[in-house]
Amino acid sequence: MEISLKATASNQPPANSSREGVLAEPLAALLTRMKISRLNFFYSKKQALFDVNLEIAANRVTALIGPSGCGKSTLLRTMNRMYETLRNVRLEGEILLDNENLLALDVVQLRRRVGMVFQRPNPFPKSIFENVAFGLRINGYKGSLADSVEHSLKRAALWEEVKDQLHKSAYALSGGQQQRLCIARALAVDPEILLLDEPCSALDPVTTAKIEELMIELKKNYTIVIVTHNMQQAARVSDFTAFMLNGVCVEFNPTALLFTTPSDPRTESYITGRFG
Amino acid sequence: MRARLLWRKGLSWFMLSLTGFCALGSVLVLFFILGYLVVNGGRAINWAFFTQLPKPVGESGGGMANAIVGSGKLLLLASCIGVPIGFLGGVYLAEFGGRTFSFLVRYTTDLLNGVPSIVIGIFAYSLIVLPMKHFSALAGGFALGVMMIPITMRSTEEFLRAVPKPLREGAMALGASKWKTIQRVVIPAAFRGILTAVLLSLARVAGETAPLLFTAFGNRFWSDGWMHPIASLPVVVFTYAISPYDDWHRQAWAAGLVLLVLVLLTNVISRTVLSRGISVTRS
Ligand SMILES: Nc1ncnc2c1ncn2[C@@H]1O[C@H](COP(=O)(O)OP(=O)(O)O)[C@@H](O)[C@H]1O
Ligand SMILES: [Mg+2]
Repeated sequence: MEISLKATASNQPPANSSREGVLAEPLAALLTRMKISRLNFFYSKKQALFDVNLEIAANRVTALIGPSGCGKSTLLRTMNRMYETLRNVRLEGEILLDNENLLALDVVQLRRRVGMVFQRPNPFPKSIFENVAFGLRINGYKGSLADSVEHSLKRAALWEEVKDQLHKSAYALSGGQQQRLCIARALAVDPEILLLDEPCSALDPVTTAKIEELMIELKKNYTIVIVTHNMQQAARVSDFTAFMLNGVCVEFNPTALLFTTPSDPRTESYITGRFG
Repeated sequence: MRARLLWRKGLSWFMLSLTGFCALGSVLVLFFILGYLVVNGGRAINWAFFTQLPKPVGESGGGMANAIVGSGKLLLLASCIGVPIGFLGGVYLAEFGGRTFSFLVRYTTDLLNGVPSIVIGIFAYSLIVLPMKHFSALAGGFALGVMMIPITMRSTEEFLRAVPKPLREGAMALGASKWKTIQRVVIPAAFRGILTAVLLSLARVAGETAPLLFTAFGNRFWSDGWMHPIASLPVVVFTYAISPYDDWHRQAWAAGLVLLVLVLLTNVISRTVLSRGISVTRS
């Protein structure tokens, strides 16, 4: 517990933000979209998160890294309350979304504001068009579906590849295209925050590069949280990184700092490949 | 040594032939039945068979238009009862059910599936025929509908369960409620599978005779509405086959042939055309 408090303490930037000449944007200078405080999470009896504190900065990419099973997905799934689909789970602590209590929001509203992309592309067995339009339809969108679908596909950098086959099945697309379709689908309902749970783990390097590029582009308009067990990926795309271990957030710092001068010895062992 | 080797080779040859013969035999049975029906009933199949009513006893010719339409009406009514109940019950089992109640329902429907069809007939008889004091299409359709419930229910449940969890999560993550998710994603994804199962269950009850004997009974004329006895192909096959008239025997074979072809067609169509594209292919 003490550790995570220390981790938050190291968020306080002035002291170390330019440690050893590394230039890193301090968190305090940015608008906070989401604030997680003293979060504990339980799967029946098993505790999966211990006193996690985290701040998600607006229009930045925040990466969650750590060995598999350390609680990255669990943490991510608290941010749009996807855990509520499971039985016998319990959450303690506080999550604020734009200073509102996220846990008290209407879950439908919340999930419109906080979109999610999953590890394996999971398009619906429908046409490309219907996949993107899905969120709009269920929310009773009044405007032009076609315009909105086109806009979202363009944002997800998929439009050029699919514009002539919008009515083909989404399953006809390649894995990378499917994942971008899922991103487009999430963007269509115009969320503020986009959560991505290892979005590239099922994709090849070329497609992965495309999606990473896309994320850097998307952060102009969205706030992004990405889970990855690929440290290079975190280093490439993220502005802030949280390192997790056994359900504890060991260190949370600007990415440039965390990867060059980690403040916790366990972070150092992990990024130098000594475990995980 | 040589003898052992020979013995082993011989044994394996023998087993191969025996098992192959049994496998072939089961295939042959179907073709034998089909061939027999064609030979015996083929001659009685003509235009009149499909368009005319049965002729009075002693006159030859005539047809079974009323039994064909009657079977259609009974199956329609059966579907109206069996499909909604089975389908919605299956949705409940797959998506909403708790532990104990679902277990109970599942167990009971499996038992219901095993109840001999004649017992279902008695049930419909005492529930509908006795109070009404006469046989009716309603009672026959009800009996067949009851028989469709367990098959429809369990296969709906199976196909819904087979829809991958990530698909549901994808919908929920977009703000879809549980019911919206089921309605817009899960059911469409399982739809072809469910439809296949419904058609197969329809084909299965189409040939049922026992539960119709004392519910729909039979009718040598057209039957208006749902409150009168009504003819059906399986019952006509039964009554004609045990009659003493050669002409009726031929017609019984023909009716059997028509029934079999309809059932086989339904089977083949649902198995190939529909299930080929069962939408749930990813795991
Ligand atoms: N649905 C679940 N039920 C019970 N335990 C779970 C469930 N999901 C995850 N866990 C456990 O919680 C811990 C964290 O899992 P997870 O958040 O998926 O880790 P990560 O995404 O970092 O690999 C693991 O020990 C895992 O076994
Ligand atoms: Mg995970």
